[in-house]
Amino acid sequence: MSPARSILDKRPPTIEAVAAWLLGILWILPLAYAVWTAFHAPEYSTRFVPSAPLSLDNFRRAWEAAPFARYFLNSFMLVSGVLAGQLVLCTLAAYAFATHEFRGRDALFALVLVQLMIMPDVLLVENYATLARLGILDSITAIGLPYVASAFGIFLLRQAFKSVPRELDEAARVEGAGPLTVLWRVYVPLARPVYLAYGLVSVSYHWNNFLWPLVVTNSVTSRPVTVGLQVFSSGDQGVDWSVITAATLMTSGPLLVAFLLFQRQFVQSFMRAGIR
Amino acid sequence: MNRRTVHAWLLVLPAVALLALFTHYPMVATIWDSFHATPRAGHPGAWVGLENYQVMAGDEVFWRSLRNNMIYALATVPVSIALALAMALWVASAMRGRTWLRVAFFTPTILPMIAVANIWLFFFTPQYGLLDKAMSLVGSGERNWLGSPQTALACVCVVAIWKEAGFFMIFYLAALQSISPTLAEAAAIEGASRGYYLRRVVLPLLMPTTLFVAVNALINAFRLVDHIVVMTHGGPDNATSLLLFHIYQVGFSFWDTGYAAALTVVLLLVLGAAAIGQFVFLDRKVHYR
Repeated sequence: MSPARSILDKRPPTIEAVAAWLLGILWILPLAYAVWTAFHAPEYSTRFVPSAPLSLDNFRRAWEAAPFARYFLNSFMLVSGVLAGQLVLCTLAAYAFATHEFRGRDALFALVLVQLMIMPDVLLVENYATLARLGILDSITAIGLPYVASAFGIFLLRQAFKSVPRELDEAARVEGAGPLTVLWRVYVPLARPVYLAYGLVSVSYHWNNFLWPLVVTNSVTSRPVTVGLQVFSSGDQGVDWSVITAATLMTSGPLLVAFLLFQRQFVQSFMRAGIR
Repeated sequence: MNRRTVHAWLLVLPAVALLALFTHYPMVATIWDSFHATPRAGHPGAWVGLENYQVMAGDEVFWRSLRNNMIYALATVPVSIALALAMALWVASAMRGRTWLRVAFFTPTILPMIAVANIWLFFFTPQYGLLDKAMSLVGSGERNWLGSPQTALACVCVVAIWKEAGFFMIFYLAALQSISPTLAEAAAIEGASRGYYLRRVVLPLLMPTTLFVAVNALINAFRLVDHIVVMTHGGPDNATSLLLFHIYQVGFSFWDTGYAAALTVVLLLVLGAAAIGQFVFLDRKVHYR
């Protein structure tokens, strides 16, 4: 193969393909190992005999040992509540930043962007004090509230709204639509892929978030699955590894299954959210 | 103020108010509180000037955590970036099985860090863990990977790289898509080799992405400590304590919020420096975009 062709058809040389495959196997190995352990009886957890019988017993024992149903419900409420709040607040703010000329706009936008660098995660001591003063510690609202106004969401949607042709906006106004109608009928529908991208990023972030929920919650009724998993697996009742691994896979399950089913959309959405 | 300005302010108000409450106010409050003693039993903390910072200067765990965090960042950031770049080039090529590879590389990104930490915890367990089993095949003795100060930080770094490289691959994939195919054609006409094309055309064009990813990786290295809580709790002997983990312990195990505020100021300075770095560098490289 001539070097010219190898650039154009972009097929890397064999040695690189081997390296890529080795890295791929290395990358999937820990997860494959976890799946093996979770679906087999404890005596097979490090004995890889293909004839070992599959079993869901570890999942059953994990599910019975801790209130995972409640944790899942909490996580679900947290993720959907945060996303709903973010969509409304970020849409309104992004619309103003993208289409309105007003005094103080650029300074205000710069202040918004500060949150891209200093996320609420690192301000946990002060935010804990604020929520204590508001009297809402140990609630799902407390976990979600600091994240509802998202600089990332405002930034992404502002970019999307800015690329909407001005003529569409004006045409709608000529027909007598008010600012909010224009937003709802013109801007929001055109930004749908961005909403999908942002939604996926937000849902996976908040489903996976751990340190902040760990700090603000201390009861079964408010803990999300990540904190529930930690409470369960660090308990001193001596749960065995197969059960902990099953619980671990269970908590990551919904996102993992969604990703494996829609992996192309996931990757494309994350790419869209990544281009800023 | 005209009507349109009032409209605009009404639109941004809910978001800006919450941002002010949970980002800007706590930043200012952190600095203020760092000059005060920890409030006790309902009494506000007294002004203590630089006392919290003097305590910090003599706090060995703080210096250890800061040093660990530097090593952690210096180890994880370049390695994840290099791996992410290689992954992206392979996934974007016409290689056989590239869809499968993309799934393999990206899956750790979807998992919660705490789940990742649990999986690897078992991997590193002495005797029973897969790593020790594999090592015993080559005749090496048992090791407590997470329990000895020589290896614990390295183990934590491996976990972070495994989790993050696939995420950074996404940014490179997006950037590779935006490189015009005419460049490859031109290089092919000139008879350039694949290596030359990658080195002289692709890498320079990816420079802004690399800087962007580097800054984000750096922020993550100081922001994400979930795996420390699960795997080592900062031990053994503070060998894996990172700055935010130390803040978490001081703030929520010892409830010394005044001192925790002073520690948070250091973290804010680090993140601020990263922000300024991104601003300066990206500004200079902006003509590439």
